[in-house]
Amino acid sequence: MTDAVLQVRGLRAGYGSIRVLHGIDFDVEDGAIIALLGANGAGKTTTLRALSGMIPARGVVKLDGKDIGSASAAERASRGIAHVPQGRGTFMDFSVEENLALGAYTVRDKAAIRTALDYWYGVFPWLAARRNQPAGSLSGGEQQMLAIARALMTQPRILMCDEPSLGLSPTITQDLFALLARLNKERGMAILLVEQNARFTLSIAHRAYVLESGEIELQGSAAELHDNPLIQRAYLGI
Amino acid sequence: MQLFVQQIVEGLASGAIYASLALALVLIYRATRIVNFAQGEMATLSVYFAWQLNQWGVPFALSLIIVAAISFVMGALVFRLMIRPVLGASDHTMVVICIGFFIGFEAIALWFWGADPRAFPRLFPDAVWTIGGVRLSANNLGILATLCVLTAGLSALFRFTRIGLAMRASAAEREKSPLVGIPVETMLMLGWGLAATVGFVAAALIAPALFLSPPMMVSVVIYALAAATLGGWDSPTGSIVGGLVVGVAESLCATFVGFIGTDLKVGVPFALMAVILLLRPQGLFGTTAVIRV
Repeated sequence: MTDAVLQVRGLRAGYGSIRVLHGIDFDVEDGAIIALLGANGAGKTTTLRALSGMIPARGVVKLDGKDIGSASAAERASRGIAHVPQGRGTFMDFSVEENLALGAYTVRDKAAIRTALDYWYGVFPWLAARRNQPAGSLSGGEQQMLAIARALMTQPRILMCDEPSLGLSPTITQDLFALLARLNKERGMAILLVEQNARFTLSIAHRAYVLESGEIELQGSAAELHDNPLIQRAYLGI
Repeated sequence: MQLFVQQIVEGLASGAIYASLALALVLIYRATRIVNFAQGEMATLSVYFAWQLNQWGVPFALSLIIVAAISFVMGALVFRLMIRPVLGASDHTMVVICIGFFIGFEAIALWFWGADPRAFPRLFPDAVWTIGGVRLSANNLGILATLCVLTAGLSALFRFTRIGLAMRASAAEREKSPLVGIPVETMLMLGWGLAATVGFVAAALIAPALFLSPPMMVSVVIYALAAATLGGWDSPTGSIVGGLVVGVAESLCATFVGFIGTDLKVGVPFALMAVILLLRPQGLFGTTAVIRV
């Protein structure tokens, strides 16, 4: 596929001598929401960590057709990979505004930073009201929204979210997924979404991959996977 | 009363020096979670450089500026060559490495310049003013002014600049910072460089009073450790307040508590450290990690 933002081939990664990923292939097309589903320990988080350069990995990772395998995590971030890590993706001790400023670290153009800041304060007026509060004082859902806003202060090519619904109530999870869907629709943002919550995820994703023990077990459109009896039993509880 | 105020003034002046060195320790601790008790030895070596440049005929003020820059490079190199390879190693490893620095830097000074104390020029004029019976020397005021400038400069750097924000982020969140594009190791390196410069300032301020010798900063480091512990290891503000409190406490105890006097005054920082560790282990301005889910 030529219009893939992210192409992954034979990705292998692990921690020390423990292999977690045994060579996985997948694509994230421009403007698509791609879900990576799987049980605990399947290697979902490891995949994102390998892609953003937080851990060493082997295999081919191409961003817009260019190999980024040898780039450091900081370089990958400035090239357009935005990774919102699992749990608290914010800089806890830093104020809301500082979090957003950190998100814009690679942007040199002050006017562009201002525009992005105003955009997010427009989307989340409560962020503006709490701009001087430490991020750690926000609720879990607010922190997750802030983390996403922070990741999008640059104009990344792809947004990778690691279990954004973790620890959030169903209502807030719904808001969060609505936000992701909206970002995808309005800004054409390519999103790689790692989730355990298959029901919500399949409702906004275009395609999904199911990861099991470090290998891609299943793949298909969100609708196909939603109707797959295996998925229904294992992940949807139907 | 006059004596009391006088001792507070003297205490603030020496406290400012402890505070500067404590600030260097805290900068390093925040960046890399290392208590670098060789900070004083590194600073002493820097002061020797300044002394040597001065001996070679470089104007004193210029030699201080040059060495401030050299100290920065030296701190950055120490991080790059010796800390970075073991970043993330256990505390024990770090302690042993710092012992190595301690011995190593002192040995370098000893090797090139010997053990004889050398006179180091005063940074400030000899003028003394008397106000209400309290003597205010230009030296003491100069030391306090230096601390103010140092503090204001650093807090402006950390609060208002992009690089300062990135340095703080690298220190606080080493894992997440690369995800926003911050080259963390470069920032930690800058932190070490900055700390070495701040340490040099502290040593240059006290060198005229102590005379320049390789172990010059050993006792000062003890006061600085007490100041950082008192203020909180993760708080630059704390290190300043801690330094001033330790300085004043030392000065007052030496004068007014009969059995302490000048002989036992080095015990004051230890006593303060013990008390704060019992009552508030994170220090006056330190924070304990608060985790909210």
